[in-house]
Amino acid sequence: MSITREERQGQDMALTVGIVAIIAVFSLLPMARLLQEVVLPGGRFSLDVVHAGLVSSTTWRASWNTLCVGLGGTALALVLGVAVALLVSLTDVRRRQAFVVCFVTPLMIAPQVTALAWLQLFGPSSPLLDLLGLAPPLGAPNPLYSPEGIVLLLGIQYAPLVFLIVRAGLRKLPRELVEAARSAGAGWFTVLRTVILPLMTPSIVGAAALTFVSCIGNFGIPAFLGIPANYPVLPTLIYQRLAGGGPAVLSEVAFLSVLVGVIAMVGIVLQDRIGSRRDFRITATSLPATPYSLGRWRRPVELGMWLLIVVILVLPLVGLVLTSLVRGYGVTLSADTATFENYRFVLLEHAAARRAFVNSLCLSFGAAAFAVFAAIPLGYAIAWGKNRWIKVLNLAVELPYALPGVVLAIASLLLFLKPMPITGIHIYNTVWIILYAYLARFLVLAVRPTISGYLQLDRALEEAAQVAGAALFTRLRTIVFPLVAPAAIAGGLLIFMTALSELTVSALLWSSGAETIGVIIFAFEQGGDSKYAAAVSAIMVASTFLLMLLANLLAGKLPSGVLPWRD
Amino acid sequence: MAGLSIKDVTKRFDGASALDGVSMDVADGEFLAVLGPSGCGKTTLLRLIAGFETLTGGCIRIGEREVSSRHVNVPPEKRRVGIVFQNYALWPHMTVAENIDYALKVARISRAEREERVRRALALVNMEQYGGRRPASLSGGQRQRVALARCLVAEPRLVLFDEPLANLDVHLRASMEDEFADFHKRTGTTILYITHDQAEAMALADRIAVIDHGRLMQLATPQTLYHEPANEMVASFISQGMVLPATVESPEIDGHCRVRVLGQELVVRCRKGERPRKDARICCRASQLTAVTARKPGFDGTVTRAVYRGGAARIEFEPDGTPHLGLHFEQPDPVTFAAGSRARLALTSGWLIPVVEAA
Repeated sequence: MSITREERQGQDMALTVGIVAIIAVFSLLPMARLLQEVVLPGGRFSLDVVHAGLVSSTTWRASWNTLCVGLGGTALALVLGVAVALLVSLTDVRRRQAFVVCFVTPLMIAPQVTALAWLQLFGPSSPLLDLLGLAPPLGAPNPLYSPEGIVLLLGIQYAPLVFLIVRAGLRKLPRELVEAARSAGAGWFTVLRTVILPLMTPSIVGAAALTFVSCIGNFGIPAFLGIPANYPVLPTLIYQRLAGGGPAVLSEVAFLSVLVGVIAMVGIVLQDRIGSRRDFRITATSLPATPYSLGRWRRPVELGMWLLIVVILVLPLVGLVLTSLVRGYGVTLSADTATFENYRFVLLEHAAARRAFVNSLCLSFGAAAFAVFAAIPLGYAIAWGKNRWIKVLNLAVELPYALPGVVLAIASLLLFLKPMPITGIHIYNTVWIILYAYLARFLVLAVRPTISGYLQLDRALEEAAQVAGAALFTRLRTIVFPLVAPAAIAGGLLIFMTALSELTVSALLWSSGAETIGVIIFAFEQGGDSKYAAAVSAIMVASTFLLMLLANLLAGKLPSGVLPWRD
Repeated sequence: MAGLSIKDVTKRFDGASALDGVSMDVADGEFLAVLGPSGCGKTTLLRLIAGFETLTGGCIRIGEREVSSRHVNVPPEKRRVGIVFQNYALWPHMTVAENIDYALKVARISRAEREERVRRALALVNMEQYGGRRPASLSGGQRQRVALARCLVAEPRLVLFDEPLANLDVHLRASMEDEFADFHKRTGTTILYITHDQAEAMALADRIAVIDHGRLMQLATPQTLYHEPANEMVASFISQGMVLPATVESPEIDGHCRVRVLGQELVVRCRKGERPRKDARICCRASQLTAVTARKPGFDGTVTRAVYRGGAARIEFEPDGTPHLGLHFEQPDPVTFAAGSRARLALTSGWLIPVVEAA
């Protein structure tokens, strides 16, 4: 008896087909549909849409604004993130872990919540400024309703992202390189300038590209700050067009979203070019460099760092919580006037808000659960597969997340505007279209940690099961799954946290009955009900902290770097 | 148990040859070591036999069954081969007993029988009381024993060892060597043992296959490898043999012939049917070199290095006129040679390396 190659590959084949199907449905299909709408509207090749888009002055203005706030936000995030990463990694400042948690937290909080918190902090009705007697007169414009405000908040939102990437790079810096430079007579700042920073170029450039893409794709911050200031960027322009014109303007917004995608791609390509220009490879791996002693500067530096935390995290959150306790616009907050009425209202009385909590919980859980189960076979193929198409596979999973959220949202709209062929199922204007977009967008957040989980695992563990007689699916279930599950589940938790108060995608896809928490916060704020928006946001921030604590329980079993706030 | 037959096996990775026409037969119950420097292709051979790699040419049979050829490739899970991995590959999320039980569970064997077989496997490696422990709480030697028990419990037809002692300290190595030998005696398993350590191979194996650059150099008993290497590679690889140019001056009589080496005439052992020839090579060992007084047969040269090793010194020596022919021998205490001393050496015996032949 002998078994031919074809027979043995039954389960391999099933796995491959499954993976290809996931990639096709959640990555290739939406991107292809979007491109088709732009250059082949109605099935015929035409550049009319592109032409109409290019002659519109609004397009140019929004593109220019997008670029400005994108670059500004990136610059600010880089300065903050790199400086903090250097201080935390290379000097002897104390209470690092606590500081890292606090510094990274803004990344975990949804951008629109950040925006709302800052607005509450500086607005004329700011309870905090009011308590201090510093509030501007009622009716005065909030200083954050400006391009500078957008840049400031984008910078704060994404500085942790820069920090995480640069910190990961600094961890790999072998101490011999630093010690060799110091014994050659270089002072600490010279070492920093001539050895450390040059070696960190790939990390810094990579962080810059990622931050740039995140900034130009961000919807929450320019929506809260830019729309009142009549300062459109591409994502908010798309939202406003779609909200005003409905499906009729789909071709036009499809073009705009491709434009966002193109700007994002330029950033990524530039990063690739800079990164490959010089040899930055670090070959030796060893212990990290001994921390540089700040001496008598240690206390002032520590003080400065914690002051930064107060400014970027504590004050806005205090502002948010205080606003959520206020009875009404202009009412001065005191121990007597403080009320939990707003919380009661959003949790129990407001029907749409209650629906939104249920919807968002179900959507996030569904997306996270699906991603965990999809990430394990995907990671298996990417990390351990032998095929040549693995790089393509990896890229296909990354693409929907690398591109700004509006791009995917518009693609989903186009894909499901009409009932699906053959089945006739129509998911447009239901919660399912949001689920689809979440699955496509966030899958990579689970795949990445899963891959690093695989890379830490000895392949012999699987091979041992194979010689013990276990077929592919048995091995995946009994050996591979239990071993990479912690990493995949941590990824799932990240997805859950991100999706829970997601706004960019759902702002374009929501419908009555299919609201999400992000949409509800946005709607309250636009309708002038900041106190309700603040109450919902405060609940979200509290849940985020809870989830971070929950994820920490897994920490012992995880590859380092999976939980961003763990140092 | 079953024998293993490897015939003309070739494996190329992206055009680079990892194994080239390797053939060998392992008898039922034999302990065969595959020995070679790192990168020689021995791990590729193991992965081909286990079924993790597909071969480019040739065929592999386990017992009577063809498991690998250009047309047939039985997947690893169907080969009934046991492997003891270099780093044990014990599943960290299972207890010791669960690790051992795994293959039986996959084969859907009844619970009662599984419990009995796990118990016996644990007893075989003297680990009865550790069934409930996790691998992480075991020492290196204990993990090795669990790995052994795990691969045996499924009664494989063949057991492959992938450098199983490479991760253990010297102390533990010696005792594990004893355990492997003992284990082989008790179970009568056919074993293919991959290693780069010749002392280990010599101590354990019935026969040793020496592989270099993807080719089988020689397959023979440890004694034959040492005394009658088939080619220069084996001669110099095994126990640091010295290879010297020689001229054969008489035909073989009774397994010996007369040769001239570095101007010295002597009788060495050789294969049947050797005839006088030029450009021959002989292999000699440090113990076959002795210092002699002037006018005795031998050759003069200079000592280049003397390294004291406790009780004796290793003397490196260069004969006059052949500057790159490094010879070495031992001089017991009192050591009189030092770098730069002049000396006269003589060969007492040697082995005439046969004309180029694969195995």
